[in-house]
Amino acid sequence: MLNNCVIVTEPQGEGLAPVSFELATIARTIASKVTAVVFGVDASSVAASLANYGVTEIVSLGDTDGHLPAVMVADAMRDHIQSAQGTDVVLVAQSYTGRDVLGRLSVLLDAPVLTNAVGVREADGSLEVENLVFGGEKVVTSTISAPIRLIAVRPKSVAAEPAVAASEPQVQQVSPSADVKANRAVIVSSHVEERQGPKLDEAEVVVSGGRGLGSAENYRFIEELAGLLHGATGASRAIVDAGWVPYAYQVGQTGKTVKPNLYLAVGISGATQHMVGMKGAKNIIAINKDKDAPILQIADLGIVGDAQKLLPRLIEAVRQKAGA
Amino acid sequence: MKIAVCVKQISDPSEPQAIDPTTMRLTRGSKAILDDSDAYGVEIALRLAEAGGGGEVVLISMAPNQEVQGVRTGLAMGAASAVVVSDPLLAGADALTTAKVLASVVQRIGADFVIAATESTDGYTGTVPAQIAALLGWPALTFAKQIELRGSTLSIQRQTEDGYDVVEADLPAVVSVTAGVVEPRYPSFKGIMSAKSKPVEQLSVGDLGLSISIDEQVISVTDAQARAAGQIVEDDGTAEVEIMNYLTQIKVL
Ligand SMILES: Cc1cc2nc3c(=O)[nH]c(=O)nc-3n(C[C@H](O)[C@H](O)[C@H](O)COP(=O)(O)OP(=O)(O)OC[C@H]3O[C@@H](n4cnc5c(N)ncnc54)[C@H](O)[C@@H]3O)c2cc1C
Ligand SMILES: Cc1cc2nc3c(=O)[nH]c(=O)nc-3n(C[C@H](O)[C@H](O)[C@H](O)COP(=O)(O)OP(=O)(O)OC[C@H]3O[C@@H](n4cnc5c(N)ncnc54)[C@H](O)[C@@H]3O)c2cc1C
Repeated sequence: MLNNCVIVTEPQGEGLAPVSFELATIARTIASKVTAVVFGVDASSVAASLANYGVTEIVSLGDTDGHLPAVMVADAMRDHIQSAQGTDVVLVAQSYTGRDVLGRLSVLLDAPVLTNAVGVREADGSLEVENLVFGGEKVVTSTISAPIRLIAVRPKSVAAEPAVAASEPQVQQVSPSADVKANRAVIVSSHVEERQGPKLDEAEVVVSGGRGLGSAENYRFIEELAGLLHGATGASRAIVDAGWVPYAYQVGQTGKTVKPNLYLAVGISGATQHMVGMKGAKNIIAINKDKDAPILQIADLGIVGDAQKLLPRLIEAVRQKAGA
Repeated sequence: MKIAVCVKQISDPSEPQAIDPTTMRLTRGSKAILDDSDAYGVEIALRLAEAGGGGEVVLISMAPNQEVQGVRTGLAMGAASAVVVSDPLLAGADALTTAKVLASVVQRIGADFVIAATESTDGYTGTVPAQIAALLGWPALTFAKQIELRGSTLSIQRQTEDGYDVVEADLPAVVSVTAGVVEPRYPSFKGIMSAKSKPVEQLSVGDLGLSISIDEQVISVTDAQARAAGQIVEDDGTAEVEIMNYLTQIKVL
């Protein structure tokens, strides 16, 4: 076991983003102490949930005052890591904030980063980190010889599991030092793209569309079907780049990783970069008019057919069954 | 105003990719191309320079063997010049090392603005822009899907989990841009011809006065677990029944 693992949690609404608990779950398996860095949320209100995941210490940075958090978070972490000796590893999420924090922290500590990790394990005091390359076809295992290992973990790489017994973490308040001011960027305003139903990365059912839908207009079939199945809507990068749907819908290597009970892919070819984001689904149904489309190679149920014709019939059938 | 655009020159991703089993490094194809993601950065820089009247766009790249094929594409699009850093010491460089090299080039050429893509196509760590910013002591405006320059204030729309934030900082700063922000221009014939005579400065690690140590090591490369194909059904006009049965079986309905 390593001594201390520092995890960077991320705020979401009043609480923490689910990936925070995934990080705590990994941290517990590799280190005897787990320090959670908390910002942008009231530490006392999230302490109990972190305790359930075995976090032994909480470092609270308070509010980020309308600035991008990375500069302040990395600065405070450097101070904490240097004063509380014995930190051997830092885990962040492979998210917008996580990558910003990790990039800055790596410079402050002059330590390398390993990113896109899908597995982190301890072996005789050293750490082995797995990531997927070539769109998930190969697993690369790497190690870092530097004294502090900075690692970004892809959300949904592990399931968050509560600890056998809850811990009793102390909350320590830390204020960022003054010299971070120069590097800060101000958030002037925030805009939320409204969407219905569950969040993409938390949904039990995800219905995704790709270029095979034929037009942006036809994406309404995906929305309708997802609505009927109480699922979230997803997309391939092709239709995100084409502007049919916002980036937040994108599933894949450069989008979200999803692990639903059901992933229904409509008019998506199944490029490796797409598949790496959805291969972990328990069940996959794919609709594609090309029988050689790669997505059909991994689908539990593959339908070779025209989505534009099949979707309205499927929607009707689900509607009838739900109404019955 | 001098805008430095980071451009990675990568092996053509449409060719088969492999990792060399002895060096554990990516096998490079014969041809290096401008990373698609970076074409967006070049386009944005050119537009900002054109709008500002008289800005200068300099491409900066770290690549093996004095590689310039990808850089030439950016020059053909309209960038004025390029700096390429090559050195055997940089073989297997990690993201932080790359950022150190690029940041010191930024300082050397005196740029007041750096544009990079949010992540490269081959390594996609997505940390290099924030690392460059930290090394220079500049703000990082990351994941920009739109950029505006008002005087010396940069304003971006920054991608978030469920929408975007408008984020601002004063120059000098580093911006990373997402794919799809703008339509990169195709180099014209004239552009391609003039790119051949544009200045490309070649530097080594020694020229930059850096010391390099690489702390990361790949231990093994194995095949990922494959998912087997299931049942495949041709839609004869009733495939929805098949799907409904499956949905019932997995208790979604
Ligand atoms: C660095 C990098 C990162 C990337 N990251 C991602 C990522 O995160 N997510 C992602 O999705 N992609 C990503 N991509 C892009 C990826 O390589 C593919 O280009 C993209 O996934 C293709 O989207 P698509 O399947 O919708 O479109 P296409 O490849 O155009 O496929 C359309 C499919 O629809 C089928 N079709 C056509 N008409 C019909 C019809 N009427 N009915 C049924 N089927 C029909 C066709 O047979 C085809 O299989 C990335 C690429 C790169 C280089
Ligand atoms: C499959 C794979 C996995 C890797 N994993 C890691 C890892 O976990 N940690 C690590 O430290 N390194 C890793 N590397 C090495 C890393 O790709 C290189 O160090 C690379 O030079 C910089 O990282 P990046 O491409 O991931 O940068 P990113 O941060 O993804 O790139 C963002 C942008 O920075 C600019 N940029 C990046 N590199 C250059 C360059 N050489 N020249 C000009 N501009 C550039 C470009 O604008 C680029 O679009 C990996 C490489 C591969 C092939």
